[in-house]
Amino acid sequence: MMEKATITIDGRKIQARYGQTILQAAREHGIYIPVLCDHPALPPEGACRICLVEIERQRTLQPACTFPVSEGLVIYTHSPKVIEARKFSLELLLSDHPLDCMTCEATGNCLLQDLAYEYGVTGDRYQGEKHQYPIDASNPFIVVDRNKCILCRRCVRACAYINGVEAISVFYRGFNAYIGFGADSTMQDSPCEFCGSCVEVCPTGALWPKMAIGKGRPYQLQKVQTVCAYCGVGCQIELQVRNNRIVNVVGVENAPVNQGFTCVKGRFGNDFVHHPDRLTRPRVRKYLLEGGKREGKERGEWVEVDWDTALDLVSRKLVEIRDTYGSDSIGVLTSAKCTNEENYLMNKLARQLIGTNNIDHCARL
Amino acid sequence: MGKVANLESLQQVYFEAIPLLANRRAQGGPAEKPLNGKCDVLICGGTGCVASSSRDVREALLVEIERRGLKEDIRVITTGCHGFCAKGPLVVVYPQEVLYCQVKASDAPRIVSETLIGKQILEDLVYQHPQSKERFPVYHEIPFYRHQLRLSLRNCGLINPEDIREYIARQGYFALGKALTQMSPREVIEVVKDSGLRGRGGAGFVTGIKWEITQRSPIRPKYLVCNADEGDPGAFMDRSILEGDPHSVLEGMIIAGYAIGAEAGYIYCRAEYPLAIQRIKIALAQAYEYGFLGENILGSGFSFDIYLREGAGAFVCGEETALLASIEGRRGEPRPRPPFPSVSGLWSKPTNVNNVKTYGLVPQIILNGAEWFRGFGTPNSPGTATFALTGKINNIGLIEVPMGITLREIIYDLGGGIPKGKAFKAVQTGGPLGGCLPAEALDTPVDFDSLVQAGATMGSGGMIVVDEDTCMVEFAKYFLTFASAESCGKCVPCRIGGRRLLEVLNRISNGEGKPEDLDEIEYISRNMKEASLCALGQLTPGPVVASLRFFRPEYEAHIYERKCPAKVCKGLITYRVIEENCTGCMVCKRNCPAGAISGEKRQVHYIDPNICERCGICIEVCKFDAIMIE
Ligand SMILES: Cc1cc2nc3c(=O)[nH]c(=O)nc-3n(C[C@H](O)[C@H](O)[C@H](O)COP(=O)(O)O)c2cc1C
Ligand code: SF4
Ligand code: SF4
Ligand code: SF4
Ligand code: FES
Repeated sequence: MMEKATITIDGRKIQARYGQTILQAAREHGIYIPVLCDHPALPPEGACRICLVEIERQRTLQPACTFPVSEGLVIYTHSPKVIEARKFSLELLLSDHPLDCMTCEATGNCLLQDLAYEYGVTGDRYQGEKHQYPIDASNPFIVVDRNKCILCRRCVRACAYINGVEAISVFYRGFNAYIGFGADSTMQDSPCEFCGSCVEVCPTGALWPKMAIGKGRPYQLQKVQTVCAYCGVGCQIELQVRNNRIVNVVGVENAPVNQGFTCVKGRFGNDFVHHPDRLTRPRVRKYLLEGGKREGKERGEWVEVDWDTALDLVSRKLVEIRDTYGSDSIGVLTSAKCTNEENYLMNKLARQLIGTNNIDHCARL
Repeated sequence: MGKVANLESLQQVYFEAIPLLANRRAQGGPAEKPLNGKCDVLICGGTGCVASSSRDVREALLVEIERRGLKEDIRVITTGCHGFCAKGPLVVVYPQEVLYCQVKASDAPRIVSETLIGKQILEDLVYQHPQSKERFPVYHEIPFYRHQLRLSLRNCGLINPEDIREYIARQGYFALGKALTQMSPREVIEVVKDSGLRGRGGAGFVTGIKWEITQRSPIRPKYLVCNADEGDPGAFMDRSILEGDPHSVLEGMIIAGYAIGAEAGYIYCRAEYPLAIQRIKIALAQAYEYGFLGENILGSGFSFDIYLREGAGAFVCGEETALLASIEGRRGEPRPRPPFPSVSGLWSKPTNVNNVKTYGLVPQIILNGAEWFRGFGTPNSPGTATFALTGKINNIGLIEVPMGITLREIIYDLGGGIPKGKAFKAVQTGGPLGGCLPAEALDTPVDFDSLVQAGATMGSGGMIVVDEDTCMVEFAKYFLTFASAESCGKCVPCRIGGRRLLEVLNRISNGEGKPEDLDEIEYISRNMKEASLCALGQLTPGPVVASLRFFRPEYEAHIYERKCPAKVCKGLITYRVIEENCTGCMVCKRNCPAGAISGEKRQVHYIDPNICERCGICIEVCKFDAIMIE
């Protein structure tokens, strides 16, 4: 439906599309409405009440993230009532939240902190009961600190709608509600696949990548956008680097292929990068470099060479084999870790230059 | 029984069923001619009476009747709830229409020999007015019933809910026949709209308009849901109707299904209502058997199914969107509206949600017309209101009254006033999310708008009366404790706000209140109301706000004087021995569970306030009025 509705936000008349929420329409027109539980990649929840706006002729304040536009809505995004209600919710959240931003991993990367700053909420209004949940660090990848959880349920939705696993849900109710895994087990013992989608969307420090702990503040990290090297899907990722070492990997919002999400390998499987056993330059056998023949079973030692030397050697040997034993004595095996383009070129190499149809791909095996 | 194929065969079934009820006369209804010499004995099979052993009474009566060879002449019938549960087990004998209260199994031989055979009334089993001591043998002349107008409850206690023929004998399924064969869906909706019927589930939304919105949606399939969650503590109106007259609800649902163009309906009933569930199942089976459900109902071409879903008994699952989530098999949590269920409900299809009583009233409206219904109640709230009357009131039970009746009439005329000559203090309407009204508001008419205007709500039907011995801070705290525990925890204002509000009240009743606490209550309440996702969170502060509005001095006494005027809040009272009265009998000392009382025989005793747990046992056991609360 492309029908338009005229709505008024803070005195400004804008054209919104039917089917949009107030939040979507406002964003499209550069009007700011704060959110906390809402996330662009997830269906709206309406739980945190930070996006509340005042709408004429509505009985109470309404969440912009779920309220559908219709003709003639008159909306105020920052009326006194709205501001009071937002502060109210933030005060309540902080009243059941550790006030340890000083040492919290999420500092500088926490939506709750940003909103508290924006609304001048310090967290000392109430002296009521605070939860003391044990920390779940049972798995190698993700630390769960429920004390920092604000129950926005972004993780619940990410696990259900992005990864399709439904490992996370809310347990108990009211003030005693908390997010839990599987049938209320540790994250390790739940159906979790450690894709980290939940970590990606968590607005606080409640879900945090283990590898990044203590490795630096956001402003100390260099951010490098790249494409994940694990497979040919081509997910965009952002490497967070300090002192030339990767300390964390996060998604890139709106990346065309993966929309900010990855699998377990792309997000957490990067320890190979700095591993001492990793080869970073080509090596060839010494006897090959010297043009000699192999003596007996021993293949001799490795010599580090430059790419030209190594590739020259490979092409010379391939030509030699082809000329001696025929094209079909050579087979080519390509990789799912290569891109389509790379695999296409390999196919050309095999069929046109080597002259064989013996080419296959590991994903077919 | 084969299917009732059309209106004529329904007439036929009706005529065959009439004799079943010939002995029984409904309140206000025409007296049907009693069958010669035969009697009907009605045993209440409502949950209240079953709990007070009405099944034993039934067994004893059956044994006695069998023994005397009277099986042919006396029918023993189990009915639904009569509403007068405090006086149960109830037995009604027709055609005399005599009501016996608190009947025991051992009374059975007397009832058979003296009343059923001898036509004599057993005075000692007859209802006696607590003040005037006057006895009222005839059912509908008892003050508790005399002031009632029973539309929703018209069959409750009168018919056997497990026999569809008795419902048909009360013109049951005639409205369905009329709607399906003589009215278009639009006409049905027009009648319901004209009748001014408002939803009985609490909010009082105009039913016809809700139906119309659902009917207009082009999306298919459409669903119908009957909200039988009834989570308000102490409320049992819906349960009583489902237990006592389940077919009226089914008939209303099928008519609504036809009007809206729905394919199927769901009844969502809490699992804590096993008897209601059993009766719904029986009624559904019979309605299918008679062809009022299923394919091609009454030959009209309209087909409809009803399914039963059991809820696990969370208060919030009565909220319509949480209820739908629960039927879908998800966690019972509300979601923001819009979209409303009539636009996007069960499995995202247009869904009409109504309360049990709302559906239950529909057949009579279709049969008797909109005009008839508007003849009861007030212009803006036509019809009747059903309440579970409880608390410090003489006649505890289930009542149905015309809208517009005053609180005073309900409490004093029907309810018989406050026991033990105590003074009325407040009445809470609308359940834990409602509000209380003080004595000055006793002349408020009971209808949707007047109650809201006065500071309370209609809600879905609890009416709790409290007397002078009640502390309003404690009273508000009670409801707040319930509502905050029942919060689903989805949205911040309710999940944490409810807890923080409760903490303020706890502080005040513990004698640790601060002068700024009253402002704090108002701040939290105002924002919970504005910012919570569903009506549970929005209305959780209701009882606190109302009691603060009408009983502010009582709150102030707690905070500034550290006193609980009603002498209830444990943090603010001390138990003290009145030296002049104490005989040193040692009874209090022996009974004190905390060991807080010291004193030798024939010596004045002493209560140590640091050990005392303020349980009040000493006051109860002291025979010399020698203990007081300060
Ligand atoms: C916390 C909460 C509990 C509710 N419980 C019930 C209930 O037990 N029964 C009911 O019919 N409506 C209940 N409602 C109201 C329903 O959401 C809904 O308005 C109603 O079922 C609509 O039916 P009606 O139009 O016939 O009143 C509840 C609402 C809230 C917020
Ligand atoms: S890591 Fe992935 S699979 Fe595991 S809980 Fe988070 S979103 Fe679900
Ligand atoms: S863990 Fe994070 S994403 Fe999940 S509910 Fe808590 S704060 Fe939200
Ligand atoms: S108001 Fe309370 S019950 Fe309603 S959605 Fe929010 S937390 Fe749940
Ligand atoms: S962002 Fe809309 S309610 Fe949380």
